[in-house]
Amino acid sequence: MALVEAIGVRKSFGHTEVLRGIDLEVERGEVVCLLGPSGAGKSTFLRCVNHLETIDAGRIWVDGVPVGFRAAGGKLHELREHEVARQRRDVGMVFQRFNLFPHRTALENVMEGPVQVLRRARSEVRAEALALLERVGLAEKAGAYPGQLSGGQQQRVAIARALAMKPKLMLFDEPTSALDPELVGEVLDVMTSLARDGMTMIVVTHEIGFARSVADRVVFLVDGAVVESGTPADVLDNPQQPRTQQFLAKVF
Amino acid sequence: MASDLAQNDLREELVVVPLRHPWRWFSGAVIVLVIGGLGWAMAEAQIQWEDVPGFFTHPVMLEGLLNTIVLAVCAQGGAIVLGVVIALMRLSANPVARWFAVGYIWLFRGLPVLLQILIWFNLALVFQNISIPMLFSVPTNVVMTAFVAALLGLGLNESAYMAEIVRAGLSSVDSGQTEAAKSIGMTPMTTLRRVVLPQAMRVIIPPTGNNFINMIKGTSMASVIAFLELIHAANNISSRNLEIMETLFAAAAWYLVMVSVASIGQHYLERAYGPR
Repeated sequence: MALVEAIGVRKSFGHTEVLRGIDLEVERGEVVCLLGPSGAGKSTFLRCVNHLETIDAGRIWVDGVPVGFRAAGGKLHELREHEVARQRRDVGMVFQRFNLFPHRTALENVMEGPVQVLRRARSEVRAEALALLERVGLAEKAGAYPGQLSGGQQQRVAIARALAMKPKLMLFDEPTSALDPELVGEVLDVMTSLARDGMTMIVVTHEIGFARSVADRVVFLVDGAVVESGTPADVLDNPQQPRTQQFLAKVF
Repeated sequence: MASDLAQNDLREELVVVPLRHPWRWFSGAVIVLVIGGLGWAMAEAQIQWEDVPGFFTHPVMLEGLLNTIVLAVCAQGGAIVLGVVIALMRLSANPVARWFAVGYIWLFRGLPVLLQILIWFNLALVFQNISIPMLFSVPTNVVMTAFVAALLGLGLNESAYMAEIVRAGLSSVDSGQTEAAKSIGMTPMTTLRRVVLPQAMRVIIPPTGNNFINMIKGTSMASVIAFLELIHAANNISSRNLEIMETLFAAAAWYLVMVSVASIGQHYLERAYGPR
């Protein structure tokens, strides 16, 4: 079974329907890039996958578990907030604006989840967190506060913070959109190595080059619906739909 | 051209004349004169200065000091706890809780503290017993001592202000912080304790410090219901020796000492929660 299965996902904000029935499957180890013009609903869909937004219709399963619900007696029961929190442990998320905890050092940010949520021993978490900072190339910044780091460094710490929970799935919500152009590469490098290591990833991005070289599949969204989906070669180099062709013509 | 040349030649030798500030000297002198005059007037006044230190350390005054400190700390402490609860209700998804919080703040912030103290102190006039049916019942005038009445009057009023301060602090934390906390699986309680409150403290502490300083002075209102705080203590002493100003000055000195200590504490608290 696919790690992520979304069927007929709908979501409205007030009278605006942002998602109009999205179907999407993500296999284990697969990297899926969501592309599309702004306002297409890419980020909203991503936020629905870990229940930061509640969907109005449809279902999302992650690893066979309905997100935000418990299946029992042939019915889906809406979960309480602390039960949803338990589900989110297995899904890492990286935000456009990093959202590091500014009152804690890089190392403390990475340790926060395992120590406070998983209640694991500080000493053992500390060693793992240092290894994770090493992996994103920031071992020497362990004691720095987010305010003392560049955008690219903050985003790499944020990736390490998400990885510290040993997630099955990583969600990236435009992780390089708030960065200065010269800092984009260092974040994409970390994400590329993560993909090579077999992490399942859903990435909302405008980095076509990243999608082409790293994604197993590209999904193109317009106005809250999937317009086209396939390998990067199919969708990016040989788009069939006029909306996809228009968008790619503007991006290149 | 010729004049330009002449100026260039001169440039090396120009002496800089700093701007003079004669009015600064004048206004400074006026201030010194006024202070000197006031000091002279105080020295010439009919005050037994030599008696003030004795009143400062008079046992009754010290008892009043202790009561003042206990009342201020208890009222402020209770107000902080209540304020957090009311602020959370104010931000709650439950509309009944939200409206209760709005009404609570409207009532306890809207009435003068002195009035609230008097109402609590005289509660026995309208409710002879305080009771929850079938659980307990006690006579109101046994429970409602001067201390309890002052504590309720000061504390409940302050809790309404604290609720607004805490609400402003919680709202000042970016929603991205809560989302990041959720994304690593934090429960709402852990998110509040580990992520939101520590950041809200930066907004909460400065006005809380100000309010505590106000609270220290506000305890003086409890003198009207004969609670033995500093002013009542001063009055007790002067009713025997008629040195009214001398005892009031001794009380004033204690207020300044307490406020100074509180200000220093506030400074260190702000530094501890300050920006990184």
